[in-house]
Amino acid sequence: MQFFVSQILSGISLGGQYALIAIGYTMVYGILRLINFAHGDVFMCAGVMMVFMSASMPIYASIPLMLVLTVLLGFVIERAAYKPLRTAPRMSVMISAIGVSYLLQNLALYATGGQPQTYPTLPFISNSVTILGAPTHWVTVITPVLVVLLVLALQWLINHTKIGMAMRAVAKDFETSQLMGIKINRVISVTFIIGSFLAAVGSLLYFTNYPTVVPLSGAMPGLKAFVAAVFGGIGSIPGAVIGAFIIGIVETLIKGTSYTVFSDAFTFALLIIILVVKPTGLFGERATDKV
Amino acid sequence: MSNNILSVENITMQFGGVIAVNNLTIEVPEHKIVALIGPNGAGKTTAFNCITGVYEPTNGRVRFLDETIVENHPHGKMKKSYAGENAGLYTHVVSPTPDTITQLGIARTFQNIRLWKSMTVFENVLTAKHMRARQNVFSATFRGNAKEEKRMREETMQLLQEQGLEHHKDDLATSLPYGLQRRLEIARALATNPKLLLLDEPAAGMNPQETQELAQFIREIREKYGLTVFLIEHHMDLVMKISDYIYVIDFGSEIAQGVPKDVQNNQHVIDAYLGVVEDA
Amino acid sequence: MPKTKQQTSGSGKLITLLIVAAFMALTIILENTMSPSSLLFTVIKKGAVYSLVAVSMNLLNGFTGLFSLGQAGFMLLGAYTYAIFMIPSDVRDSVYYLFNGSSVHFSFQEMFGAIFGTAGFGGAVSLVLGVLVAIICAGIVAAIFAYLIGLPVLRLKSDYLAIATLGFAEIIRAIFQWDKLGPVTNGANMLKNFPTFADFNIKNASGQIVLRLSAFVPVFLSAVCIFIIVLLINSSYGRAFKAIRDDEIAAEAMGVNLAHHKRLSFCISSFFAGVGGALFAMFTTMVQAKVFTSTMTYEILLIVVIGGIGSVSGSCIASLLYIAASEWWLRFLDNETYINGTRVPLLRSGFRMVVFSVIIMIVVLFFRQGIMGSRELPELLRRRPKKQPAVEEVRTHE
Repeated sequence: MQFFVSQILSGISLGGQYALIAIGYTMVYGILRLINFAHGDVFMCAGVMMVFMSASMPIYASIPLMLVLTVLLGFVIERAAYKPLRTAPRMSVMISAIGVSYLLQNLALYATGGQPQTYPTLPFISNSVTILGAPTHWVTVITPVLVVLLVLALQWLINHTKIGMAMRAVAKDFETSQLMGIKINRVISVTFIIGSFLAAVGSLLYFTNYPTVVPLSGAMPGLKAFVAAVFGGIGSIPGAVIGAFIIGIVETLIKGTSYTVFSDAFTFALLIIILVVKPTGLFGERATDKV
Repeated sequence: MSNNILSVENITMQFGGVIAVNNLTIEVPEHKIVALIGPNGAGKTTAFNCITGVYEPTNGRVRFLDETIVENHPHGKMKKSYAGENAGLYTHVVSPTPDTITQLGIARTFQNIRLWKSMTVFENVLTAKHMRARQNVFSATFRGNAKEEKRMREETMQLLQEQGLEHHKDDLATSLPYGLQRRLEIARALATNPKLLLLDEPAAGMNPQETQELAQFIREIREKYGLTVFLIEHHMDLVMKISDYIYVIDFGSEIAQGVPKDVQNNQHVIDAYLGVVEDA
Repeated sequence: MPKTKQQTSGSGKLITLLIVAAFMALTIILENTMSPSSLLFTVIKKGAVYSLVAVSMNLLNGFTGLFSLGQAGFMLLGAYTYAIFMIPSDVRDSVYYLFNGSSVHFSFQEMFGAIFGTAGFGGAVSLVLGVLVAIICAGIVAAIFAYLIGLPVLRLKSDYLAIATLGFAEIIRAIFQWDKLGPVTNGANMLKNFPTFADFNIKNASGQIVLRLSAFVPVFLSAVCIFIIVLLINSSYGRAFKAIRDDEIAAEAMGVNLAHHKRLSFCISSFFAGVGGALFAMFTTMVQAKVFTSTMTYEILLIVVIGGIGSVSGSCIASLLYIAASEWWLRFLDNETYINGTRVPLLRSGFRMVVFSVIIMIVVLFFRQGIMGSRELPELLRRRPKKQPAVEEVRTHE
């Protein structure tokens, strides 16, 4: 029982961390129809930056600085690597995203010298706590709460602000929004900023649980978060969050069995099943080609 | 055995709650030119797409050369929400992919030209011959089909000559002037050796003179290839001139049918078109 | 005048064939005259292997318009198939020592060895036949998996297909690392001791190498495979693939069976990726599932992009350049260098890959056509026809 509780708890926590990454994927896909392969690497870069900054300044200074720098990174990536390809075929943009991912990984490799970096211990959230007899860390408890709060804030932003309205319009119809005078580039930038910010928050929580950062740290969580986004119906934020929680919990449960080697494979099996059975995901909208 | 090469029976196409084509019945006699006309958004292209297998109609049947090629009835989710007529009339589901229907001998063109843009004029027509070629991937790769390939190339060349496109054979298809692109699309459709040719607004975007030529051209190919032609058109001029029989639809339903002269004077048709000023 | 697509002419094809033949001859000559440990040969071998894999990916992504990211998975299948069927039985126990020996008790080379003998010329024949059969098996296994994978995923559109194939590659990787399959796959451990390119060096009776062929063999095998792919692309089926890429709906309306042709392209592409995987195993002399990650697929995709999507010769040239740059020319960037006693800034381990990925980004962003665009070498090499007097465009239907 105790084992089960602790499994579920860490599953929920992992799911919450995936959710924070998945939102970035689903928002970008909703607007640009682009699988932002570099998003997982932005998440990893947030981890690497935190490692380096915490070495030279107090945690309370490095956390906000890390958030700002990650947001800046996301913004710069969009401006430098995606914006010039706005009119190019979708495949070109996706290749550019893969190129950025490759670049970020190699930059991290250069910066870390290939050595795994130990993530700093954050005050409070790294402390131990016992829930229903299962020992765990505060981060496990905080993650789902934080995710829910952030998602509610995001939903409010999307449904009740001007920029949110613009985002919904752009996601619905790119060209028409542009004709209606919506500043597309501004909307896209804001999307990337939000996505990167959430990924940075996610990295704080994730690396507190798995305190080793390597250049490939972002690849797998990134892919899984994307699967979560597809599972929930790409473009739908609640869908992505629910998908992420499901994937996080099941993955953790599998890791508790003797089939650990399949914990990653499971996610992809789920992806393929959902794509074949219900390509639009749980909450996705249907799009048809006109002949 | 009727002399209808194509019969569309009670076709209904419903998208969600919208009925795009409602209980449409059309008969296309062999060797005739039949037109389907109607205002914008009347459901003409949707009807075409039901015949050619692009869409699966919600209810109804299509027969070609006295064989059922498409049939459907409201089932699954549609069963409850079906708002059309004749719900219990058909019981089978025959839902082939478009290539199967082309294989049977129905070829089509598209309203917004869909040529293969990276290919030359010659390759566009040659590729349409792929379906009828006797070969498999091994014989084709290792050139065991040399005779077949030679025949395909000769036939393609001949077709291009007949269509007056031979000077453009090495040009990229998309670099042709608009009128020739339409003509190339027809040539490509002919390359599949059809018995029935479906033309989706062949005169769209053409000037009066080009339209004139097109009318002549359609008659020519009908004679030359022993074709039956079923076309959708906006240009009244063209339709009245070449059609043997006309169906008029509006909001998905048939409002009139008959020979050109009758249709022209039909009050329903005039009403449907009222306010629609034809520029041709 | 309308844009005219250049037709490949006989002379261009001939020159291209001559270039390839000259390249092979040069490979043999250089390997027997230069120091065999030169990085040049690493580049040639790896470049040849990557050329094949890149061309196979191009067949799918560039010519059929199916954006698949499963290449590393199919390479893995090929590499494992090759290794499993080629490890000599006397070393199997030592390779599979964690699983108390292998459940496969033969190797193709030994099967042919039983017929042709194991020494001298007979030994060479059984080596060549064994390797060829194993390579073909590698391709077939990859193609069979592709067929099965294709059943559900080929219906998906562009980026969904990409992510689904990427997922399949990851699943395959996990399966091959599974303990339960250990007696066949050796779990997460490496497979080794199978024949490699070095075994093709011809030795005399006293064991001295008289003719080095270790770089020629991969170049030759890749060239043959790529030639077959080119034949396919230029056949009726190749045209049907291009039709699907250009306009799926039109292709279907003109009688091209989409499901059949997509599956065909997917299986053939995977077949050659599997063959490429087998060659890759021979190049690295060992096989381990963890090598075949999605990063490997990305690498191959970037090669295809740099060479030009839809250009076979572009993929080959890009592979050689890519491997040469990453393995050889940019090496100096990884070494700390001192000029007049001052340390050159930035240069240290890892800087090579940073520079390299920046170059790639520049290509992706500013030279989107890649090296060749969608043209092929013969088109560039053919003699330019004398400019004909401009013909007035004739309205042909008058």
